[in-house]
Amino acid sequence: MSEPASEFRIDMTINGRRHTGTAEARTSLGDFLRGDAGYTGVHLGCEHGVCGACTVIVDGRAVRSCLMLAVQANGSTVTTVEGLAEPDGTLHPVQQAMREEHALQCGFCTPGVVMTLAALTAGDAEPSEDELLAAMSGHTCRCTGYQGIRRAAKKLAAAARATEGAA
Amino acid sequence: MNLPLGTGAARYIGQRVLRKEDPRLLTGRGQFVDDITLPGMLHVAFVRSPVARGRILSIDTAEARDMPGVHAIYTWDDLKVRPVQMLSFFFAPTEVPCTPLADGRVAYVGEPVALVIADSRAEAEDAASLVVVDYDEEDPVVTIADARHGPPVHPTTEHNIAAQMGDDEVDEDLAAALAAAPYRVRHTVRHQRISQAPMETRGVLATRDGPEELTLYITCQSPHLVARWVSVALGLPQSAIRVIAKDVGGSFGLKNHPWKEETAVIVAALLFGRPLKWIEDRYEALTASNQCREQEMTLDVAFDSEGHLVAAHGDYSVNNGAYPQGADANVAVHIFMWAAYKLPAYAFLTRGWYSNTPGLAAYRGPWALESLIRETALDRAARQIGIDPIEIRRRNLVRLADQPRSTPFGMELTDITPAECLEALLRHFDVAAFRREQAEARTQGRYLGLGFATYIEPTGSAGSMAPMTGELAQLRIEPTGKVTATMSTHSQGHGTATTMAQLIADRLGVAYEDVTVYEGDNTRGGFSPGAAGSRQGVIAGGAAIKASDLLADKVRTLAAHLSNASIDSVRVEGGMIHVDGAPEMSRSLKELAEIAYGEPGRLPPGFEAGLEAQYRYTPPPVTFTSAAHACVVEVCAETGFVKILRWISSEDCGTVINPAVVEGQIAGGLAQGIGQVLLEDMPYDARGNPKAATFKDYLLPAISDIPDFEYVHANTPSQSVGGMRGVGEGGAIIGPPTLVNAIADALEPFGGLADFALPLTPSRILDVVEGRNISGDAAPATTAPVAEPEAVTAAPASVGPAQVDGTWQIVMSTPMGPQEMTARFRSDGAAVSGELESAEGSQAFAGTLDGNRIRFDLSVEKPMKLTLKYDILIDGDSLTGKAKMGMFGSAKLSGQRTGS
Repeated sequence: MSEPASEFRIDMTINGRRHTGTAEARTSLGDFLRGDAGYTGVHLGCEHGVCGACTVIVDGRAVRSCLMLAVQANGSTVTTVEGLAEPDGTLHPVQQAMREEHALQCGFCTPGVVMTLAALTAGDAEPSEDELLAAMSGHTCRCTGYQGIRRAAKKLAAAARATEGAA
Repeated sequence: MNLPLGTGAARYIGQRVLRKEDPRLLTGRGQFVDDITLPGMLHVAFVRSPVARGRILSIDTAEARDMPGVHAIYTWDDLKVRPVQMLSFFFAPTEVPCTPLADGRVAYVGEPVALVIADSRAEAEDAASLVVVDYDEEDPVVTIADARHGPPVHPTTEHNIAAQMGDDEVDEDLAAALAAAPYRVRHTVRHQRISQAPMETRGVLATRDGPEELTLYITCQSPHLVARWVSVALGLPQSAIRVIAKDVGGSFGLKNHPWKEETAVIVAALLFGRPLKWIEDRYEALTASNQCREQEMTLDVAFDSEGHLVAAHGDYSVNNGAYPQGADANVAVHIFMWAAYKLPAYAFLTRGWYSNTPGLAAYRGPWALESLIRETALDRAARQIGIDPIEIRRRNLVRLADQPRSTPFGMELTDITPAECLEALLRHFDVAAFRREQAEARTQGRYLGLGFATYIEPTGSAGSMAPMTGELAQLRIEPTGKVTATMSTHSQGHGTATTMAQLIADRLGVAYEDVTVYEGDNTRGGFSPGAAGSRQGVIAGGAAIKASDLLADKVRTLAAHLSNASIDSVRVEGGMIHVDGAPEMSRSLKELAEIAYGEPGRLPPGFEAGLEAQYRYTPPPVTFTSAAHACVVEVCAETGFVKILRWISSEDCGTVINPAVVEGQIAGGLAQGIGQVLLEDMPYDARGNPKAATFKDYLLPAISDIPDFEYVHANTPSQSVGGMRGVGEGGAIIGPPTLVNAIADALEPFGGLADFALPLTPSRILDVVEGRNISGDAAPATTAPVAEPEAVTAAPASVGPAQVDGTWQIVMSTPMGPQEMTARFRSDGAAVSGELESAEGSQAFAGTLDGNRIRFDLSVEKPMKLTLKYDILIDGDSLTGKAKMGMFGSAKLSGQRTGS
């Protein structure tokens, strides 16, 4: 068995800052973001793509960082939960809605929930309530019984509709 | 107790204030165990047993040791130089020998056999896969049925009964009452094995900071309890152990205390001398973490012609796995079974069984089967008797007017309200309208069902078990005027930093924003078991209130002195101190604090400088929470799928500190209950292999499975300080029977649901709808009679005083382990007297001698008031017999003559 070329150079933009590091071919994007880049807000809940806790935004799309390899994200623009709030601490609308609706308890699944909702409500997107709730079915929360997550999703859909009405 | 108004006018108690924990958790700044990195830290992976039972013939680590990045590989032979005694939650040594890594034998698939230390987790896993272990595999004992008849799981025990209480045989009077009753239901429920499945798996980072100094970052339910457990288990002074757990991603009972893997990592870190981190992956979490539930129970319950309870008997078994966190027969199932109901007579047999599966650990409402089997049996009985499910509860529940009243086990009820919660619920749900809708739907081939359940839950328990202490609040008004609280609490999502701050702000008269609560570090704050038994709101809440009141008195005393005013004229509002009638004397808390800390000359005589106070609150022994729930389902007769259409919770949880937190606890528990009824299952094959290894096999409820919950608040303040009642476990207890009853109601046109096994999968529902065995397991396991420990056998020929009189060494087998005692018998014809001496002291007794049979009664105070009825047979120089311990059944006796 020949020795695999173990280390690859990875260059990506994370939360608006350039990050250069190395990763083995087998290193997941999630492990790379946590270990190499230090974004420990990326939570690995199952490492097989079911629970959704590790969701980050890669080039505008919500991605399960446990199922994407770091090398696949080379050259990409990545946003983690650390990159959403304003520098002065003002919460992103998704974070604010989650907070107001008590959509979290232990907070472990929360970064993934936030990133999926942020991806779907970004920019001019006008997601319907059903779209947001359907997307939430890809996130497992063991604490809340989803009551606050559902309220937050509905609130965000309503806000998107209101923006549309105003435009 | 009604809470008197606090010092200030700002009311935070009862408000849906935003949580203090959320900004950091929403922005990725939480600190979970895997987020900590220490210099020189190495990673651990385990070599785990692929067989459920067998002997380890050899372990070959040579190839693995040569892998890049590998520092060491430890087996039990390496770790055992640092002795460790594994303990239960009650700090008692495990009933069977248990080692962090397998000691020569393996007893479940996934049992850790060796530990690899490497530069990265990936390298540790690579190397672990190359460790070659040779096993002499044996046939495993997997199910409760296997355990009854199979060979002992542990070489040190004679059978697989891990723990037992109650009577082997049904009492004659009880049997007669059951047989004579006009209505009788024999109801069997089989509850599947459940994985607690917190979203954050187990994990620990252990670092040896000195010869006996240890720092642990660990995901747990209480850093204080972990420190105490590790100190006892490892024989280290607790002062040398620091345990930090700032944020924990859920626990639900699983992380009460360290188990094999965490302990192995701690010992390895002590031996290896570098920080070691182990983070369980989900595969390990599902297949090798401790698990819960897997129970079978048959409830035999009789009613009079009016549907009033007459008598009942319960036969309960729970799979303890190989290494339970305390061998457990779950007597709480029976203690709480009828606590809220008027039942004249109940007896039980309850047993925990060892098997070659992962050990039993706690899970939200560990005794919850009592509500599931009782509430579903009541509905079954109501159908048989021909009365409404609501009516059968009305006729049997203990109402406020019936109290004070003792439960069958002697617990004092003063303020339970399940019947009142039910009435409050019915004011919010039009049953008659639903029944019309249901009848109409049935004509269209749609099957709607309505289910009710009522229950009470013991919460805020303190004073009866070693870890279940009071809670400590330590408060300071800092020189800045801001308030710092160090609490014994711990949150795994409970939001205690929020609720405690609400209480403190309310009572001190300061802004909620100006109170910061610290927890999650055993060097901050005093001992508490943390989140266990729905206790923190009740007990720590009381402590926060009492400490705040002490501190408020200090503030007002100093302010009154400085203003030359009476203490009664001083008020604190929004962090400002006001003196009635003297607005010019208002000053900020900051000004007062600066004086209190920095100008001792201005303090009143005898006034302790600073503004600090602490209080450890010990509440009443138990505070009951009551509830009634209702849910509406539609069952699809084509597919067997269940859709939950509506769910109403009517709960009496006393004073509500924060409705959002309370509702969050109820909703989370209900979601877990729904998972148990419809989805979750942790099955094992006949060789003891776990069949659910990912979240694609172990189905947790998703948002689409959980309805919007509606809440009816039927709160009455409790007797504890602040009037809170615990609310952490209730949803998981009352959720399952409510949902099962609704499904059973929907299935009524198909003959209804009788005995059942969880989860009620679509195929199991179709078993009922189509009247044939589609699932392949339509007949739930029955609780088969077993060969019981031998009872007192027939008396041989009469013996004389010479054979009875003397000193005897006797061992009593109790659920708490063997108890040794010394007996002295003196016979006089048909009378016998003497003394029984045990660790609890010496007691005299007088009884009867009939042939070689001695019978006498002894009353004891510890561990509870009980009359023990001894029944002993003498046979030469040995004796056998039993001691009947009231409702808790019989304990076996054996003994030898040691003197004449």
